[in-house]
Amino acid sequence: MKPAPFSYFAPESLNAALELAAEHGYDAKLLAGGQSLVPAMNFRLVQPTVLIDLNQVDELAYVRETEQRGLRIGAMTRQRSVECDPLVAEVCPLLAEVMPHIAHPQIRNRGTIGGSLVHSDPAAELPVVAVALDATLTVRSNSGQRRVPALDFFQSLFTVDVAAGEMLVEVEFPPWSARTGYAFQEVARRHGDYALVGAAALVTLGEDGLCERARLVFLNVGDVPMEARHAAGMLRGQRLTEELIEEALNVAAEEEIDPVADIHATVAYQRHLARVLGRRCLQEAEARAQQIVEGR
Amino acid sequence: MQSVTVTVNGQQYQRQIEPRLLLSDFIRHELRLTGTHVGCEHGVCGACTILLDGNAVRSCLLFAVQVEGCEITTVEGLAPDPEVLHPLQQAFWEAHGLQCGFCTAGILMTLIPFLEENPNPDEPQIRAAISGNLCRCTGYQHIVDAVKIAAEKTRAEHA
Ligand SMILES: Cc1cc2nc3c(=O)[nH]c(=O)nc-3n(C[C@H](O)[C@H](O)[C@H](O)COP(=O)(O)OP(=O)(O)OC[C@H]3O[C@@H](n4cnc5c(N)ncnc54)[C@H](O)[C@@H]3O)c2cc1C
Ligand code: FES
Ligand code: FES
Repeated sequence: MKPAPFSYFAPESLNAALELAAEHGYDAKLLAGGQSLVPAMNFRLVQPTVLIDLNQVDELAYVRETEQRGLRIGAMTRQRSVECDPLVAEVCPLLAEVMPHIAHPQIRNRGTIGGSLVHSDPAAELPVVAVALDATLTVRSNSGQRRVPALDFFQSLFTVDVAAGEMLVEVEFPPWSARTGYAFQEVARRHGDYALVGAAALVTLGEDGLCERARLVFLNVGDVPMEARHAAGMLRGQRLTEELIEEALNVAAEEEIDPVADIHATVAYQRHLARVLGRRCLQEAEARAQQIVEGR
Repeated sequence: MQSVTVTVNGQQYQRQIEPRLLLSDFIRHELRLTGTHVGCEHGVCGACTILLDGNAVRSCLLFAVQVEGCEITTVEGLAPDPEVLHPLQQAFWEAHGLQCGFCTAGILMTLIPFLEENPNPDEPQIRAAISGNLCRCTGYQHIVDAVKIAAEKTRAEHA
Protein backbone atom coordinates (compact mmCIF):
# COMPACT_ATOMS: atom_id res chain seq x y z
CA MET A 1 0.00 0.00 0.00
CA LYS A 2 2.95 2.34 -0.54
CA PRO A 3 3.81 3.85 -3.91
CA ALA A 4 6.91 2.78 -5.81
CA PRO A 5 9.80 5.31 -5.93
CA PHE A 6 9.71 8.16 -8.44
CA SER A 7 11.49 11.43 -9.19
CA TYR A 8 9.40 14.43 -8.28
CA PHE A 9 9.13 17.75 -10.12
CA ALA A 10 6.92 20.68 -9.17
CA PRO A 11 7.13 23.19 -12.04
CA GLU A 12 5.73 26.66 -11.38
CA SER A 13 4.65 27.53 -14.90
CA LEU A 14 2.74 25.81 -17.66
CA ASN A 15 5.70 26.06 -20.02
CA ALA A 16 8.03 24.43 -17.52
CA ALA A 17 5.46 21.65 -16.97
CA LEU A 18 5.12 21.07 -20.73
CA GLU A 19 8.93 20.93 -21.13
CA LEU A 20 9.11 18.26 -18.42
CA ALA A 21 6.20 16.36 -19.97
CA ALA A 22 7.93 16.41 -23.37
CA GLU A 23 11.24 15.32 -21.90
CA HIS A 24 9.89 12.39 -19.88
CA GLY A 25 7.06 11.23 -22.18
CA TYR A 26 5.56 7.87 -21.20
CA ASP A 27 7.69 7.56 -18.05
CA ALA A 28 5.96 10.54 -16.47
CA LYS A 29 2.55 11.02 -14.90
CA LEU A 30 0.98 14.40 -14.31
CA LEU A 31 -0.25 14.87 -10.76
CA ALA A 32 -3.35 17.07 -10.44
CA GLY A 33 -5.57 16.61 -7.36
CA GLY A 34 -4.18 13.12 -6.87
CA GLN A 35 -7.58 11.80 -5.85
CA SER A 36 -7.53 9.06 -8.51
CA LEU A 37 -3.82 8.87 -9.30
CA VAL A 38 -2.50 8.51 -5.73
CA PRO A 39 -4.86 5.62 -4.81
CA ALA A 40 -3.70 3.88 -8.01
CA MET A 41 -0.06 4.53 -7.04
CA ASN A 42 -0.67 3.32 -3.49
CA PHE A 43 -2.02 0.06 -4.92
CA ARG A 44 0.92 0.04 -7.36
CA LEU A 45 -1.50 -0.22 -10.25
CA VAL A 46 0.50 2.67 -11.70
CA GLN A 47 4.23 3.09 -11.13
CA PRO A 48 5.43 6.22 -12.89
CA THR A 49 9.17 6.82 -12.56
CA VAL A 50 8.62 10.58 -12.88
CA LEU A 51 5.84 12.59 -11.26
CA ILE A 52 5.14 16.11 -12.56
CA ASP A 53 3.10 17.91 -9.92
CA LEU A 54 0.85 20.58 -11.47
CA ASN A 55 -0.27 22.04 -8.15
CA GLN A 56 2.13 25.01 -8.36
CA VAL A 57 0.92 25.95 -11.86
CA ASP A 58 -1.44 28.68 -10.67
CA GLU A 59 -2.13 29.90 -14.21
CA LEU A 60 -4.24 26.77 -14.81
CA ALA A 61 -6.70 27.52 -11.98
CA TYR A 62 -9.44 29.92 -13.10
CA VAL A 63 -13.10 30.26 -14.00
CA ARG A 64 -13.83 32.91 -16.67
CA GLU A 65 -16.87 34.00 -18.59
CA THR A 66 -16.49 34.07 -22.37
CA GLU A 67 -17.77 36.91 -24.56
CA GLN A 68 -20.61 34.66 -25.71
CA ARG A 69 -21.61 34.04 -22.07
CA GLY A 70 -20.12 30.60 -21.88
CA LEU A 71 -17.46 29.46 -19.39
CA ARG A 72 -13.78 28.67 -19.62
CA ILE A 73 -12.32 26.70 -16.75
CA GLY A 74 -8.64 25.98 -16.23
CA ALA A 75 -7.72 22.31 -15.83
CA MET A 76 -6.27 22.78 -12.33
CA THR A 77 -9.40 24.43 -10.92
CA ARG A 78 -10.46 22.45 -7.84
CA GLN A 79 -13.82 20.74 -8.01
CA ARG A 80 -14.75 22.55 -4.81
CA SER A 81 -13.99 25.96 -6.39
CA VAL A 82 -16.22 25.13 -9.35
CA GLU A 83 -18.95 24.04 -6.94
CA CYS A 84 -18.84 27.28 -4.93
CA ASP A 85 -18.26 29.78 -7.77
CA PRO A 86 -21.30 32.08 -8.22
CA LEU A 87 -20.33 32.60 -11.87
CA VAL A 88 -20.69 28.87 -12.53
CA ALA A 89 -24.12 28.79 -10.88
CA GLU A 90 -25.22 31.73 -13.03
CA VAL A 91 -23.73 30.85 -16.41
CA CYS A 92 -23.62 27.05 -16.28
CA PRO A 93 -26.14 25.88 -13.64
CA LEU A 94 -26.01 22.23 -14.75
CA LEU A 95 -22.33 22.11 -13.88
CA ALA A 96 -22.94 23.73 -10.50
CA GLU A 97 -25.74 21.28 -9.74
CA VAL A 98 -23.62 18.25 -10.59
CA MET A 99 -20.57 19.11 -8.46
CA PRO A 100 -21.93 17.95 -5.05
CA HIS A 101 -22.53 14.50 -6.56
CA ILE A 102 -18.78 14.02 -7.02
CA ALA A 103 -17.26 12.12 -4.11
CA HIS A 104 -17.06 13.91 -0.75
CA PRO A 105 -16.15 17.48 0.25
CA GLN A 106 -12.63 16.42 1.31
CA ILE A 107 -12.03 14.86 -2.13
CA ARG A 108 -13.43 17.89 -3.99
CA ASN A 109 -11.11 20.18 -2.00
CA ARG A 110 -8.20 18.57 -3.89
CA GLY A 111 -9.70 16.98 -6.99
CA THR A 112 -9.59 19.11 -10.14
CA ILE A 113 -11.92 19.47 -13.10
CA GLY A 114 -9.10 18.53 -15.49
CA GLY A 115 -8.07 15.46 -13.52
CA SER A 116 -11.60 14.10 -13.54
CA LEU A 117 -12.01 14.69 -17.30
CA VAL A 118 -8.68 13.02 -18.14
CA HIS A 119 -9.17 10.14 -15.71
CA SER A 120 -12.51 9.55 -17.46
CA ASP A 121 -14.03 7.00 -15.13
CA PRO A 122 -17.21 5.68 -16.80
CA ALA A 123 -19.05 6.49 -13.56
CA ALA A 124 -17.69 10.05 -13.28
CA GLU A 125 -20.06 12.97 -13.54
CA LEU A 126 -17.93 15.61 -15.27
CA PRO A 127 -17.34 13.75 -18.58
CA VAL A 128 -21.12 13.34 -18.90
CA VAL A 129 -21.67 17.05 -18.27
CA ALA A 130 -18.94 17.94 -20.78
CA VAL A 131 -20.63 15.83 -23.47
CA ALA A 132 -24.12 17.06 -22.55
CA LEU A 133 -23.10 20.72 -22.79
CA ASP A 134 -20.99 20.35 -25.99
CA ALA A 135 -17.81 21.36 -24.17
CA THR A 136 -14.52 21.80 -26.03
CA LEU A 137 -11.27 20.67 -24.43
CA THR A 138 -7.95 22.36 -25.09
CA VAL A 139 -4.97 20.02 -25.13
CA ARG A 140 -1.47 21.50 -25.24
CA SER A 141 2.09 20.25 -25.69
CA ASN A 142 5.31 22.20 -26.01
CA SER A 143 4.83 22.19 -29.79
CA GLY A 144 1.30 23.57 -29.96
CA GLN A 145 -2.30 23.12 -28.95
CA ARG A 146 -5.50 21.62 -30.32
CA ARG A 147 -9.16 21.88 -29.41
CA VAL A 148 -11.15 18.67 -29.11
CA PRO A 149 -14.96 18.38 -28.87
CA ALA A 150 -16.02 16.46 -25.76
CA LEU A 151 -17.72 13.79 -27.85
CA ASP A 152 -14.34 12.90 -29.44
CA PHE A 153 -12.25 13.43 -26.31
CA PHE A 154 -13.59 10.40 -24.41
CA GLN A 155 -12.35 7.50 -26.55
CA SER A 156 -12.78 4.31 -24.55
CA LEU A 157 -12.53 2.96 -21.02
CA PHE A 158 -10.24 5.33 -19.04
CA THR A 159 -8.81 6.53 -22.36
CA VAL A 160 -8.97 10.09 -23.65
CA ASP A 161 -7.45 11.99 -26.55
CA VAL A 162 -4.34 13.16 -24.67
CA ALA A 163 -0.98 11.74 -25.75
CA ALA A 164 2.22 11.44 -23.67
CA GLY A 165 3.80 14.89 -23.53
CA GLU A 166 0.40 16.56 -23.82
CA MET A 167 -1.72 18.16 -21.15
CA LEU A 168 -5.34 19.20 -20.84
CA VAL A 169 -5.22 22.92 -20.06
CA GLU A 170 -8.79 24.16 -20.35
CA VAL A 171 -12.39 23.15 -20.82
CA GLU A 172 -14.84 25.52 -22.45
CA PHE A 173 -18.60 25.27 -21.97
CA PRO A 174 -20.46 27.15 -24.72
CA PRO A 175 -23.66 28.99 -23.88
CA TRP A 176 -27.03 27.37 -24.53
CA SER A 177 -30.15 29.25 -25.56
CA ALA A 178 -31.75 31.21 -22.73
CA ARG A 179 -34.88 29.04 -22.93
CA THR A 180 -33.00 25.91 -21.87
CA GLY A 181 -33.82 23.83 -18.82
CA TYR A 182 -31.40 21.25 -17.43
CA ALA A 183 -31.40 18.35 -14.98
CA PHE A 184 -29.03 15.78 -13.54
CA GLN A 185 -29.95 12.72 -11.51
CA GLU A 186 -28.09 9.64 -10.40
CA VAL A 187 -28.56 6.58 -8.23
CA ALA A 188 -25.69 5.71 -5.90
CA ARG A 189 -25.71 3.27 -3.01
CA ARG A 190 -24.32 5.89 -0.62
CA HIS A 191 -24.07 9.67 -0.85
CA GLY A 192 -20.73 10.44 -2.53
CA ASP A 193 -20.16 6.98 -3.99
CA TYR A 194 -19.64 6.54 -7.69
CA ALA A 195 -23.12 6.23 -9.22
CA LEU A 196 -24.70 3.01 -10.51
CA VAL A 197 -26.41 4.95 -13.29
CA GLY A 198 -26.96 8.64 -13.90
CA ALA A 199 -28.44 10.92 -16.52
CA ALA A 200 -28.12 14.53 -17.64
CA ALA A 201 -30.69 16.27 -19.82
CA LEU A 202 -31.07 19.64 -21.49
CA VAL A 203 -34.29 20.82 -23.12
CA THR A 204 -34.62 24.05 -25.12
CA LEU A 205 -38.18 25.17 -25.76
CA GLY A 206 -39.28 27.40 -28.64
CA GLU A 207 -41.61 30.38 -28.19
CA ASP A 208 -44.43 27.98 -29.11
CA GLY A 209 -43.60 25.66 -26.20
CA LEU A 210 -42.39 22.88 -28.51
CA CYS A 211 -39.01 21.26 -27.96
CA GLU A 212 -36.43 23.02 -30.10
CA ARG A 213 -33.37 21.07 -28.99
CA ALA A 214 -32.79 18.25 -26.53
CA ARG A 215 -29.81 16.38 -25.16
CA LEU A 216 -29.76 13.21 -23.08
CA VAL A 217 -26.52 11.63 -21.83
CA PHE A 218 -26.08 8.66 -19.51
CA LEU A 219 -23.40 7.81 -16.99
CA ASN A 220 -21.92 4.38 -16.23
CA VAL A 221 -23.86 2.41 -18.86
CA GLY A 222 -20.94 2.22 -21.28
CA ASP A 223 -17.19 2.82 -21.42
CA VAL A 224 -17.67 6.55 -22.05
CA PRO A 225 -20.57 8.98 -21.61
CA MET A 226 -23.47 7.52 -23.60
CA GLU A 227 -25.31 10.09 -25.64
CA ALA A 228 -28.85 9.04 -26.61
CA ARG A 229 -28.93 10.89 -29.91
CA HIS A 230 -31.88 9.14 -31.53
CA ALA A 231 -34.01 9.50 -28.43
CA ALA A 232 -33.24 13.23 -28.29
CA GLY A 233 -33.99 13.53 -32.02
CA MET A 234 -37.45 12.05 -31.47
CA LEU A 235 -38.25 14.98 -29.18
CA ARG A 236 -37.29 17.76 -31.57
CA GLY A 237 -40.20 19.88 -32.82
CA GLN A 238 -42.60 18.02 -30.53
CA ARG A 239 -44.56 18.70 -27.38
CA LEU A 240 -42.98 16.60 -24.64
CA THR A 241 -45.93 14.45 -23.64
CA GLU A 242 -45.50 11.57 -21.21
CA GLU A 243 -46.07 9.09 -24.06
CA LEU A 244 -43.42 10.66 -26.28
CA ILE A 245 -40.85 10.72 -23.47
CA GLU A 246 -41.64 7.09 -22.69
CA GLU A 247 -41.17 6.14 -26.35
CA ALA A 248 -37.89 8.01 -26.60
CA LEU A 249 -36.58 6.38 -23.46
CA ASN A 250 -37.41 2.94 -24.78
CA VAL A 251 -35.09 3.69 -27.67
CA ALA A 252 -32.45 5.21 -25.37
CA ALA A 253 -32.47 2.41 -22.80
CA GLU A 254 -32.69 -0.49 -25.27
CA GLU A 255 -30.54 0.71 -28.17
CA GLU A 256 -28.34 3.61 -27.19
CA ILE A 257 -26.59 2.46 -24.05
CA ASP A 258 -24.18 -0.38 -23.47
CA PRO A 259 -24.44 -1.57 -19.87
CA VAL A 260 -22.34 -4.44 -18.54
CA ALA A 261 -23.51 -6.51 -15.60
CA ASP A 262 -21.44 -6.23 -12.42
CA ILE A 263 -21.82 -7.17 -8.76
CA HIS A 264 -23.91 -4.05 -8.14
CA ALA A 265 -26.45 -4.22 -10.95
CA THR A 266 -27.71 -6.52 -13.69
CA VAL A 267 -28.06 -5.25 -17.25
CA ALA A 268 -31.85 -5.24 -16.91
CA TYR A 269 -31.65 -3.14 -13.74
CA GLN A 270 -29.28 -0.66 -15.38
CA ARG A 271 -31.64 -0.28 -18.34
CA HIS A 272 -34.49 0.22 -15.90
CA LEU A 273 -32.56 2.92 -14.03
CA ALA A 274 -31.65 4.63 -17.30
CA ARG A 275 -35.33 4.74 -18.25
CA VAL A 276 -36.47 6.12 -14.91
CA LEU A 277 -33.64 8.65 -14.50
CA GLY A 278 -33.88 9.72 -18.16
CA ARG A 279 -37.61 10.36 -17.82
CA ARG A 280 -37.21 12.33 -14.60
CA CYS A 281 -34.40 14.41 -16.09
CA LEU A 282 -36.29 15.24 -19.29
CA GLN A 283 -39.38 16.20 -17.32
CA GLU A 284 -37.43 18.34 -14.86
CA ALA A 285 -35.46 20.00 -17.66
CA GLU A 286 -38.66 20.75 -19.56
CA ALA A 287 -40.35 22.16 -16.44
CA ARG A 288 -37.38 24.45 -15.85
CA ALA A 289 -37.38 25.59 -19.49
CA GLN A 290 -41.13 26.22 -19.22
CA GLN A 291 -40.55 28.48 -16.22
CA ILE A 292 -38.04 30.50 -18.21
CA VAL A 293 -40.41 30.79 -21.20
CA GLU A 294 -43.19 31.96 -18.91
CA GLY A 295 -40.80 34.52 -17.44
CA ARG A 296 -40.69 33.24 -13.89
CA MET B 1 15.80 12.65 -0.61
CA GLN B 2 14.11 16.00 -0.65
CA SER B 3 13.74 18.66 2.02
CA VAL B 4 10.31 19.75 3.26
CA THR B 5 9.47 22.52 5.70
CA VAL B 6 5.92 22.62 7.03
CA THR B 7 4.03 24.14 9.94
CA VAL B 8 1.95 21.64 11.86
CA ASN B 9 -0.29 22.83 14.68
CA GLY B 10 1.67 26.08 14.82
CA GLN B 11 5.08 24.44 15.06
CA GLN B 12 7.56 24.42 12.19
CA TYR B 13 9.22 21.16 11.16
CA GLN B 14 11.89 20.42 8.61
CA ARG B 15 12.69 16.92 7.40
CA GLN B 16 14.60 15.12 4.63
CA ILE B 17 12.22 12.68 2.98
CA GLU B 18 11.67 10.47 -0.04
CA PRO B 19 9.18 12.00 -2.53
CA ARG B 20 6.99 8.90 -2.31
CA LEU B 21 6.36 9.33 1.42
CA LEU B 22 2.63 9.87 1.96
CA LEU B 23 1.66 12.87 4.06
CA SER B 24 -0.23 10.55 6.42
CA ASP B 25 2.96 8.55 7.06
CA PHE B 26 5.00 11.75 7.37
CA ILE B 27 2.66 13.02 10.08
CA ARG B 28 2.57 9.72 11.95
CA HIS B 29 6.10 8.37 11.53
CA GLU B 30 8.30 11.42 11.00
CA LEU B 31 6.47 13.86 13.28
CA ARG B 32 5.15 11.18 15.66
CA LEU B 33 1.70 12.74 15.66
CA THR B 34 -0.26 9.51 15.76
CA GLY B 35 -3.68 11.06 16.34
CA THR B 36 -4.18 11.05 12.57
CA HIS B 37 -5.25 7.51 11.69
CA VAL B 38 -4.80 5.49 8.52
CA GLY B 39 -7.57 3.12 7.50
CA CYS B 40 -7.54 2.46 3.79
CA GLU B 41 -4.88 4.54 2.00
CA HIS B 42 -7.13 5.09 -0.98
CA GLY B 43 -9.31 7.99 0.06
CA VAL B 44 -12.39 6.04 1.05
CA CYS B 45 -12.50 5.89 4.86
CA GLY B 46 -11.69 9.46 5.89
CA ALA B 47 -9.70 8.45 8.99
CA CYS B 48 -6.62 10.38 7.78
CA THR B 49 -8.44 13.69 7.19
CA ILE B 50 -6.44 16.77 8.24
CA LEU B 51 -6.63 20.49 7.55
CA LEU B 52 -4.31 21.74 4.82
CA ASP B 53 -4.30 25.54 4.79
CA GLY B 54 -7.71 25.34 6.47
CA ASN B 55 -9.33 22.83 4.10
CA ALA B 56 -10.22 19.26 5.06
CA VAL B 57 -8.26 16.86 2.85
CA ARG B 58 -7.14 13.22 2.82
CA SER B 59 -3.54 13.03 4.02
CA CYS B 60 -3.18 9.55 2.46
CA LEU B 61 -3.69 11.06 -1.02
CA LEU B 62 -0.94 13.67 -0.73
CA PHE B 63 2.81 13.29 -0.83
CA ALA B 64 4.61 15.06 1.99
CA VAL B 65 6.82 16.88 -0.55
CA GLN B 66 3.69 18.62 -1.82
CA VAL B 67 3.02 20.52 1.42
CA GLU B 68 6.23 22.58 1.40
CA GLY B 69 5.46 25.91 3.09
CA CYS B 70 1.89 24.91 4.03
CA GLU B 71 -0.01 25.10 7.33
CA ILE B 72 -1.40 21.83 8.62
CA THR B 73 -3.71 21.17 11.54
CA THR B 74 -4.14 17.67 12.97
CA VAL B 75 -6.37 16.52 15.80
CA GLU B 76 -3.54 17.26 18.26
CA GLY B 77 -3.94 20.93 17.37
CA LEU B 78 -7.58 21.23 18.46
CA ALA B 79 -7.56 21.26 22.26
CA PRO B 80 -6.24 24.53 23.74
CA ASP B 81 -4.35 22.62 26.49
CA PRO B 82 -4.09 19.04 27.77
CA GLU B 83 -6.83 19.56 30.36
CA VAL B 84 -9.41 21.29 28.15
CA LEU B 85 -11.12 19.82 25.13
CA HIS B 86 -12.06 21.79 22.02
CA PRO B 87 -15.86 22.50 22.10
CA LEU B 88 -16.39 19.99 19.28
CA GLN B 89 -14.42 17.32 21.13
CA GLN B 90 -16.37 18.14 24.29
CA ALA B 91 -19.64 17.65 22.40
CA PHE B 92 -18.44 14.24 21.11
CA TRP B 93 -17.63 13.28 24.68
CA GLU B 94 -21.03 14.40 25.95
CA ALA B 95 -23.09 12.79 23.17
CA HIS B 96 -21.05 9.54 23.01
CA GLY B 97 -20.03 10.46 19.48
CA LEU B 98 -17.28 7.83 19.55
CA GLN B 99 -16.66 4.30 20.70
CA CYS B 100 -13.31 2.90 19.58
CA GLY B 101 -12.26 6.32 18.32
CA PHE B 102 -10.52 5.15 15.17
CA CYS B 103 -12.62 7.39 12.92
CA THR B 104 -12.89 10.28 15.35
CA ALA B 105 -9.86 12.38 14.41
CA GLY B 106 -10.87 12.35 10.74
CA ILE B 107 -14.45 13.22 11.57
CA LEU B 108 -13.41 16.10 13.85
CA MET B 109 -11.09 17.54 11.21
CA THR B 110 -13.87 17.25 8.62
CA LEU B 111 -16.33 19.04 10.87
CA ILE B 112 -14.15 21.99 11.92
CA PRO B 113 -14.32 23.82 8.54
CA PHE B 114 -17.87 22.53 7.97
CA LEU B 115 -19.14 24.20 11.15
CA GLU B 116 -17.30 27.40 10.34
CA GLU B 117 -19.09 27.56 7.01
CA ASN B 118 -22.42 26.26 8.37
CA PRO B 119 -22.86 27.41 11.98
CA ASN B 120 -26.49 26.24 11.96
CA PRO B 121 -26.56 22.96 9.99
CA ASP B 122 -29.63 20.73 9.69
CA GLU B 123 -29.41 16.96 9.91
CA PRO B 124 -29.20 16.23 6.14
CA GLN B 125 -26.35 18.76 5.88
CA ILE B 126 -24.52 17.13 8.79
CA ARG B 127 -24.94 13.67 7.27
CA ALA B 128 -23.71 14.90 3.88
CA ALA B 129 -20.71 16.52 5.56
CA ILE B 130 -19.62 13.27 7.22
CA SER B 131 -20.58 11.04 4.28
CA GLY B 132 -16.90 10.68 3.43
CA ASN B 133 -16.00 9.31 6.86
CA LEU B 134 -16.64 5.69 7.78
CA CYS B 135 -17.43 4.74 11.37
CA ARG B 136 -17.86 1.06 12.17
CA CYS B 137 -19.02 1.56 15.77
CA THR B 138 -21.50 4.33 16.39
CA GLY B 139 -24.06 4.01 13.62
CA TYR B 140 -23.52 7.77 13.14
CA GLN B 141 -26.57 8.86 15.19
CA HIS B 142 -24.52 9.99 18.20
CA ILE B 143 -22.04 11.72 15.91
CA VAL B 144 -24.90 13.72 14.40
CA ASP B 145 -26.13 14.52 17.94
CA ALA B 146 -22.65 15.71 18.90
CA VAL B 147 -22.47 18.03 15.91
CA LYS B 148 -25.83 19.54 16.85
CA ILE B 149 -24.65 20.13 20.43
CA ALA B 150 -21.41 21.71 19.26
CA ALA B 151 -23.19 23.98 16.79
CA GLU B 152 -25.70 25.07 19.41
CA LYS B 153 -23.02 25.84 21.98
CA THR B 154 -20.91 27.77 19.52
CA ARG B 155 -23.92 29.81 18.43
CA ALA B 156 -24.83 30.54 22.07
CA GLU B 157 -21.27 31.71 22.74
CA HIS B 158 -21.29 34.04 19.74
CA ALA B 159 -24.80 35.36 20.45
C1 LIG C 1 -13.32 8.07 -2.19
C2 LIG C 1 -13.41 8.68 -3.56
C3 LIG C 1 -14.65 8.81 -4.16
C4 LIG C 1 -14.75 9.38 -5.43
N1 LIG C 1 -16.00 9.51 -5.97
C5 LIG C 1 -16.12 10.10 -7.19
C6 LIG C 1 -17.40 10.29 -7.78
O1 LIG C 1 -18.45 9.96 -7.21
N2 LIG C 1 -17.45 10.85 -9.02
C7 LIG C 1 -16.32 11.24 -9.69
O2 LIG C 1 -16.42 11.76 -10.79
N3 LIG C 1 -15.10 11.08 -9.15
C8 LIG C 1 -14.97 10.53 -7.93
N4 LIG C 1 -13.73 10.38 -7.38
C9 LIG C 1 -12.54 10.78 -8.18
C10 LIG C 1 -12.22 12.26 -8.03
O3 LIG C 1 -13.22 13.07 -8.63
C11 LIG C 1 -10.87 12.63 -8.64
O4 LIG C 1 -10.58 13.91 -8.16
C12 LIG C 1 -10.80 12.67 -10.15
O5 LIG C 1 -11.18 11.46 -10.73
C13 LIG C 1 -9.37 12.93 -10.61
O6 LIG C 1 -9.04 14.27 -10.47
P1 LIG C 1 -7.68 14.69 -9.79
O7 LIG C 1 -7.55 16.15 -10.00
O8 LIG C 1 -7.66 14.20 -8.41
O9 LIG C 1 -6.62 13.98 -10.75
P2 LIG C 1 -5.38 13.01 -10.46
O10 LIG C 1 -5.80 11.89 -9.60
O11 LIG C 1 -4.22 13.82 -10.05
O12 LIG C 1 -5.12 12.52 -11.96
C14 LIG C 1 -5.96 11.59 -12.61
C15 LIG C 1 -5.37 11.23 -13.97
O13 LIG C 1 -5.44 12.33 -14.87
C16 LIG C 1 -4.14 12.73 -15.30
N5 LIG C 1 -4.20 14.20 -15.36
C17 LIG C 1 -4.60 15.03 -14.34
N6 LIG C 1 -4.64 16.30 -14.76
C18 LIG C 1 -4.23 16.30 -16.06
C19 LIG C 1 -4.09 17.32 -17.05
N7 LIG C 1 -4.36 18.60 -16.79
N8 LIG C 1 -3.67 16.95 -18.29
C20 LIG C 1 -3.41 15.65 -18.57
N9 LIG C 1 -3.54 14.65 -17.68
C21 LIG C 1 -3.94 14.96 -16.43
C22 LIG C 1 -3.18 12.17 -14.29
O14 LIG C 1 -1.92 11.95 -14.86
C23 LIG C 1 -3.87 10.88 -13.91
O15 LIG C 1 -3.63 9.89 -14.86
C24 LIG C 1 -13.58 9.82 -6.12
C25 LIG C 1 -12.33 9.69 -5.51
C26 LIG C 1 -12.23 9.11 -4.25
C27 LIG C 1 -10.88 8.97 -3.63
S1 FES D 1 -6.63 6.34 5.13
FE1 FES D 1 -6.95 8.13 3.98
S2 FES D 1 -9.01 7.97 3.48
FE2 FES D 1 -8.66 6.07 4.44
S1 FES E 1 -15.90 5.04 16.82
FE1 FES E 1 -15.07 3.20 16.10
S2 FES E 1 -14.94 3.58 13.99
FE2 FES E 1 -16.02 5.29 14.67
